[in-house]
Amino acid sequence: MVGIKQYRWLPILIIGLTLIFFYLPILILMIFSFNDSRSLTSWSGFSLQWYRQLFESREVVNAVMTTVTIAIISTIISTFVGTITAIGLSKSKKVIKELVLTFNNFPILNPEIVTAIGLMLLFSAFAIQRGFMTMLLAHISFSIPYVILTILPKLRSLDPNLAEAAMDLGATPWQALTKVIVPQITPGILAGALIAFTMSFDDFVISYFVTGGGVKNISILVYTMSKRINPTINALSTILVVIITIVLIIVNVIPQAKKKERVTLE
Amino acid sequence: MRKLISFKNIVKEFDGQLVLKGINLDIHENEFVTLLGPSGCGKTTLLRILGGFIEQTEGNVYFDGIEISSIPPYKREINTIFQRYALFPHMNVYDNIAFGLRIKKQSKEVIDQKVKRMLTLVGLVGYEKRAVTLLSGGQQQRVAIARALINEPMVLLLDEPLGALDLKLRKEMQVELKKIQKEVGITFIYVTHDQEEALTMSDTIVVINEGEIQQIGNPSDIYNEPENRFVADFIGESNIIEGVMNDDYLVTFDGIQFECIDYGFHDDEQVDIVIRPEDLDIVKAGEGKLDGIVVSSLFKGVHYEIVVETDHRQFIIHTTDNVNIGQHVGLSFYPEDIHVMSKLGAY
Repeated sequence: MVGIKQYRWLPILIIGLTLIFFYLPILILMIFSFNDSRSLTSWSGFSLQWYRQLFESREVVNAVMTTVTIAIISTIISTFVGTITAIGLSKSKKVIKELVLTFNNFPILNPEIVTAIGLMLLFSAFAIQRGFMTMLLAHISFSIPYVILTILPKLRSLDPNLAEAAMDLGATPWQALTKVIVPQITPGILAGALIAFTMSFDDFVISYFVTGGGVKNISILVYTMSKRINPTINALSTILVVIITIVLIIVNVIPQAKKKERVTLE
Repeated sequence: MRKLISFKNIVKEFDGQLVLKGINLDIHENEFVTLLGPSGCGKTTLLRILGGFIEQTEGNVYFDGIEISSIPPYKREINTIFQRYALFPHMNVYDNIAFGLRIKKQSKEVIDQKVKRMLTLVGLVGYEKRAVTLLSGGQQQRVAIARALINEPMVLLLDEPLGALDLKLRKEMQVELKKIQKEVGITFIYVTHDQEEALTMSDTIVVINEGEIQQIGNPSDIYNEPENRFVADFIGESNIIEGVMNDDYLVTFDGIQFECIDYGFHDDEQVDIVIRPEDLDIVKAGEGKLDGIVVSSLFKGVHYEIVVETDHRQFIIHTTDNVNIGQHVGLSFYPEDIHVMSKLGAY
């Protein structure tokens, strides 16, 4: 064990470099969103003009609306479908369960671009007008497998007799589900919903191929804007980063506070 | 006592495997019935069929004279205590116990009153607000009992409810469960693989092996008059010997003819003979009915477990007298200590 002490700085250095590598680009992006000039590299003074432009642009506002709407609807639907499927699977025979899970894992392992082109071809084969609806359907379909995968382990750790115990005490199968099983797996459902939401929110590849009629989400908008570089992207990104930071703080702080409350109650 | 539950020729098949091979069993009101057998014998399957969690492949279940196979579990007047209790972890003690009554939409006052009564019955007054996950095994057990009994079922099913508890607690709960059963006066159907537990608590024991009932009887019948080799072997330790029934009250084994109290067999019928270890006495060599050499002696607390080897076999003897290994001894027993079982109908 001789010599370990003198290398103590090494992990700190590695962690430091990693953090810089993660956060420096975001920091630069945020700083330049307040730049006075069009340049993305040289600082010429503080201004909020890109934020003003951002909120004045119909295109940007529409893209934000589209993204948020699709993310919320696809999260609700995919979480519901995924939860019910996971509960069903946990009670199914092993063969069926494994078969369904294999099919479930396929879209996750499959390169996104393949899924994207597949969906695009499907929609055009059935002559479905591409636009908001097709994007929503695509988002629901690629979110469900993640929801199922998030909830299943939670179900596996449950006492297998819980639902039976509820029915034994007079609960109908639906009451057993809503009063006993769902409350037990709520953390899993929330995690699944969060994953579904972020997957939908920042999806580019699939959205790009299945949309049409000028319907754009934020990713598509940024992609089309990056061809004519413009600091409104920085402004938009900064707002997103701030929102995500707030959400993360809330998600991490609330359970901690609740735990403290419970401890003091006891 | 009135007949409450009746299994008629229950057959259950799981993936081509026969788990229950035609069970016929009647259970009466206020009876404490134990289904006893080794793991995998089908006892839990039978219980789950009665609870409504699985359906039999063939046969009928009658409850109070009505065929109940198509009635879902939530409409049956039966409650179950599960192996690992299956308490609802997100609810406290009070909410767990109140669950059944809340489902039935009873008024707050009624629920409050009944939960209080149940807490008193199982000795958990003052624990209302505790999270069930913070309770000890014995306390969880009590919550499970209260949660089931508050619904005032006609029958309580218990699926190896004491399996997770340590020996001392298990003994306490055995006494307590029996007391509770007498107090509420309903039928208990208890599943266990622990023969001692079955003997202590039951009015009736149903011994099951490989999906078939081996014997039905009260504890002393099951212990003293096992009907076949399996029952004799499963219920406590025993010396099982093959022999021939020469005539009524006369049996031959190990080349010697003995008097016994059994009768009604065919002439020269091949039989199994059981002699319980505590029925054998060690006497001086030549003074008993058989002679042998002591090959081992183990101290078991209350008694010594001694193995004596005769010319034909080894006998296990439970006695409070110690003997030395290698000593020549005689074995003595009375005619009524010999239990003769027909080989027909054995497993």
